[in-house]
Parts: sequence; structure tokens; C-alpha cells
Amino acid sequence: MERLLNVVAVFSLGLALAILFSLRRAHIRVEYSVSWLAAAVALFALSRSQQTLLWLSRLLGLSDPPLALLIMVFCVFLVVFYRFSTTISDLKDANIALAQKVAILEYRIEALNEGRQASQA
Amino acid sequence: MRLLILVPAFNEEAALGSVIRELRQTMPDVPVLVVDDSSTDSTVAVARACGAEVLSMPHHLGLGGCVQAGYKLAYELGYEYVVRVDGDGQHDPAYIARILEVLQSTSCDMVIGSRYLNGDHPYTNWVRGAGIWAFRLMLRPILGKTVHDPTSGFVGLKRTALAIFSRSFPLEYPEIEALVVLQRKRFQFQEVPCRMRPRKGGRSSITAVKSLYYIVHVMLGVFVNILRFEGRRRSR
Repeated sequence: MERLLNVVAVFSLGLALAILFSLRRAHIRVEYSVSWLAAAVALFALSRSQQTLLWLSRLLGLSDPPLALLIMVFCVFLVVFYRFSTTISDLKDANIALAQKVAILEYRIEALNEGRQASQA
Repeated sequence: MRLLILVPAFNEEAALGSVIRELRQTMPDVPVLVVDDSSTDSTVAVARACGAEVLSMPHHLGLGGCVQAGYKLAYELGYEYVVRVDGDGQHDPAYIARILEVLQSTSCDMVIGSRYLNGDHPYTNWVRGAGIWAFRLMLRPILGKTVHDPTSGFVGLKRTALAIFSRSFPLEYPEIEALVVLQRKRFQFQEVPCRMRPRKGGRSSITAVKSLYYIVHVMLGVFVNILRFEGRRRSR
């Protein structure tokens, strides 16, 4: 169990560092980094507090505390993925509406230019 | 009467030329707008060479996004009627007049060209045939009537339906969900018999592998549409 907790602690620290580096290089926007940083902090806290983990495993009716940790990891990532799925859906809708608007504006500009050339000729 | 013929196209260079020529022979005074979904072949050049107007998407949007862009433009330009014809040559332009006649003489907001009403054995593969049969069964209780060819893309719209679809149109595999959108808005639609032909070129966007995804996606989309509109009605 100790080894698994250490691996999770290292993983969560690595995740937090990766997010901070991405933030610094502007590869990720602040509002989208919050979910990942919160997930990393939660995982680190759980892996370092065996009392909390034991309480959590009793709460979930599990005899094995590491299993409770893995379930928490799974739940945290599900929440983060759900949040990003809604964000991607919103962005896709906005992107399609924008692309349609660009196409229609291009069409109208071409029509205007053709009309102007015809009137000049 | 202001009518526009809308032809959504994605990599249809093989068939599009003959489709446009046939459309212009059948209805010489009606403008043809090809909505190009960012094709990688010479679809745009073929369309322009054949005398069609072209609305070019800046990147690939999929069928629903591409068709909706055409509807939006038609609505902005003040067209009263729009008939959508696929760019693969499956839809016979001779039936446009019949679709238009029904649109003008009835209170229907949308008319669907159906391959299952003229007594012929329609040209379609067995996977699509089975899918159409399943969708027909699923839609009957939702729409309150049987739509024999719910996947048909050969449709005519009045400006009233154009206004709705300009604001809200399903983005992937739109035909079936569009029926639910109209039904929920209490709009009327009906089918008229049409002949469908084998495609003249290009490839269908719905391959055998995608069929299962298509069925699941459409069913989910239909039920989401029902829930969405029921929710709005409750909140009023």
C-alpha cells in the first residue's frame, strides 16, 4: 500500500508541475488549469493522509484502502473529463456558427465586388 | 415566387457537374447554390464552371453544418422556398416541380421526396434499408404518423421552416432529427413520391462501418430533441 501511495503522490506532483509549466508557456488557459490543479492537489492530499484514506474506504464499504484511492482517482478524472466535454461541445457549436458566418460574409463580399465591377464596366 | 436550389457537396467532383447541368435544364431560371463543405477535390471549380453560385465553408463542418449555412444564407437573402438536392446525382430534378407544387398548394412547411411511395423497388443497400425501417418504427409514435423515407435528403422548405432551421438544425445526420424539430414546433410536413437513382460518383458519408454509430447517434439525437423541447414547454 505504501508503494502505491508514493506512486500516486509522485504522479500528482508531476501532474501539477506539468500543468504549471503549460500555464507558464500559455499552452493551457488558466480557467482550464483549475480542474487539473484541484485534481492533483486532491490526489496528493489523499495519498499523504492515510487516516483520510481509511475513513474514505470505510465510508465506501471497502476493505482495501488503496481501492478507495483508485476509485477516487477514477471519479476525479471522470469529473474533469465531463467538464472538458461540455467545454468542447460549446466550442464546437461556436466554431460551426462562426464558420457559417464567415462563409456567408465571404459570399456577400464576393457578390458586392462582382456587382461593383459590373457597374464600373 | 423566389426559389433556391441548394446542393450540399463534399468531394463530389465526379457527379456534381451533371447534377447542376440537369438542374439548370429542368429549372433554367432558378438559381443553384452549391454549399461546399471544404472539399479537397475540384468540387468548387466544377460548380462554378457549370454556372452555380458557391458558398464555401472555411473548414469541414459535416452535412448538418453545411446545409444549415445554406439555409441561413437563403433566409437572409429572402427566398420563399428552398429545395435541397444532393450533389451525388441520386435525386431526380424532375420531381422538384412536384415538391414545389405541394409546398405552394398546401399548408405544409416541409415536403420530403420519398423513394417508398411510388411503388418502385427503391435503390438502396440492405443496411440502409434496415435502418430506414427501424427509424420508421421509432418515429411513428413520436411524429404521430408514418414517414416512409425519414432519411431522404430530397426536401423542399417554405420560409417558415427555413426560419426555424436557420436557428436550430441538427449538425450530424440531420434529416431524421429535423423532422422531430419541426414536429415539436407544430409545423407540418408530408411526403411525395420520388424516384431515387444510384449515385453517379463520390462516396456516401454513411459507410457500412459507420451505420451502427449512425443508428445510435440518430436515436440519441431524437430523444434529446424531445427532452429539450419538452423541458422548454414545461418552463413556460
